[in-house]
Amino acid sequence: MSPVLEVSNIHKAFGGIKAVNGVSFSVKEGEILGIIGPNGCGKSTLFNCILGQLDPTEGTVKLDGKEVTGMRPSDLNRLGVSRTFQLLQVFPELSVRENLILAGQEHEGTMLSRFFGRRDAGLTEKADRMIGFFKLGHLVDAKAGGLSYGQQKLLDAAMAFMAGPRLVLLDEPAGGVNLTMLGDLKERLRAINAEQGATFVVIEHNMDFVMSLCTRVLVLAEGKVLAEGTPAEVRANRQVIEAYLGH
Amino acid sequence: MTAPATEGSLPQQRGRLARVPSLAAFADGILITLMLGAVILWFAPAGMGRYGTYVLSLWLVTSIAVMGLNLTLGYAGLKSLAQAAFMGLGAYATALLTTKVGLNWYTSFALSGLLTFAVGLVLGFPALRVKAHYLAFVTLAFSTLIWLILRNEQWLTGGVFGLSNIPRPSLFGLKLDGALAFHRFVVIVTLILAVALWWMIRSPWGRAFTALRENPIRAASLGIDTRMYTLLAFAIGSAYAGFAGALYAPLVEFIDPSPFSLSQSFFLLLMVVAGGAGYLLGPFIGALLGVVLPEWLRVVGSLYLIIFATIVMLLLIACPQGVSGLLERGWAKLTGKGKIGKTVAGKSVAPNTGGRS
Repeated sequence: MSPVLEVSNIHKAFGGIKAVNGVSFSVKEGEILGIIGPNGCGKSTLFNCILGQLDPTEGTVKLDGKEVTGMRPSDLNRLGVSRTFQLLQVFPELSVRENLILAGQEHEGTMLSRFFGRRDAGLTEKADRMIGFFKLGHLVDAKAGGLSYGQQKLLDAAMAFMAGPRLVLLDEPAGGVNLTMLGDLKERLRAINAEQGATFVVIEHNMDFVMSLCTRVLVLAEGKVLAEGTPAEVRANRQVIEAYLGH
Repeated sequence: MTAPATEGSLPQQRGRLARVPSLAAFADGILITLMLGAVILWFAPAGMGRYGTYVLSLWLVTSIAVMGLNLTLGYAGLKSLAQAAFMGLGAYATALLTTKVGLNWYTSFALSGLLTFAVGLVLGFPALRVKAHYLAFVTLAFSTLIWLILRNEQWLTGGVFGLSNIPRPSLFGLKLDGALAFHRFVVIVTLILAVALWWMIRSPWGRAFTALRENPIRAASLGIDTRMYTLLAFAIGSAYAGFAGALYAPLVEFIDPSPFSLSQSFFLLLMVVAGGAGYLLGPFIGALLGVVLPEWLRVVGSLYLIIFATIVMLLLIACPQGVSGLLERGWAKLTGKGKIGKTVAGKSVAPNTGGRS
């Protein structure tokens, strides 16, 4: 089976600082790949290079075998690639439902039909189902800016799934989320992976979350791949223990 | 209708493509206010005399230009200091096309809108590269350039002597030369343009403009073509200024470069902010403050500018979200809900107590 995502020899330098230094990996359909590593090892920069938010200095990104290096984030999203951000990125002025409708509206119809058609782009029912799925049903009409941090994290994740993406890159989805909500989030991600066969790449510092969710783990250190393998293999890797996990 | 959401069941169905609901579903408070306002303004000039009627018409024409800037700045968050320049482009285009080329006003109006749309589209490209005050300076340079052309290219624009004898249109053979007849024509055109903007803001486009203002990086990650919407916000906002200019030229029947200078662009920006940026009815309130209030203050003679400036400063200190924000807060206290004239993509939203521009 050809990989959904293929990242080859990605470099990204900011002046003299090499944030990402020759990273290569691939992700197969339905796989959940975790990326771990100490702060400043280049994880988020790598995500931004894959998702077109930054142009890599060198290297290529392929989606289903087709090169998409430097493609605009909006075009990538329409190809079925979605993401969440390390910091909260909901639209605080809009309600929970409006946030989800916004997350799906550009995937429906054309610019003209979006102008002349229904104001909810026909997405209210789907948005409400997604809200229910992420256990935010009691907050449908609440302004996103008024939700708790954990609820906003769930909303952020729900928005990433609104358009039914094939590949989702999650940047520290568990950061700042309490244990109960973390369990909810993991359960939801597993369900989407199982039912839709969606492929995930997850950056995370919460080792329990990564080790219990991911099927494979990539460890970065100083912009390079330090190790790669199953969660058990990575956990037992001496280099990884020394560089990141500790004793 | 599908079953309600159940936790644990994954939503799979694609949203249906847009279809048109019943007319009754469209009516909301803002549309009703616009219709009611048009009816009142139709009859308002009674007993006002020629000058009073002119001031009312000027208020509406200015509101159209402010509506355009409200889209660009208030909804899409793009700072522009060129709205008066676009108004000048529309006014001169209409004046030249009706007086020199001999086209009727309607064709000139459409061409003026098209011209300013196209120029706005071009000016929108820098907005893809620079933001905030950097973008404001780009538009400031454009504004200065247009003003210099209007003043110096005498062979085309008449320079400081301007263009005169600009004809007023007729409607179904009915002459609109009189102040009252032309005022009523302005009411109709303003209503059409306001309803068109209302429609756009409550459509998914409006939601996308809001997303562009609040978080363009996240918006792009959700598939929103931020380049397209940025250019559209600039182009449509500029076209509204062009339409305003196309109405201004026959209203005053003589134009020169002074009403389209940089200071006028600042004044239009002030009207957006004072009326309430991002509120659909804000431009009417802002233009009322900018056009009609100075007229009322003329009784105090040369003090009027000082009083006007003080009123505006106090207003913005008391409520940075302008008069619309103030009204919204008052309404919220009265009803416990707070929904007055603010539409974010078709949904009235609770009052914003934050410090958004």
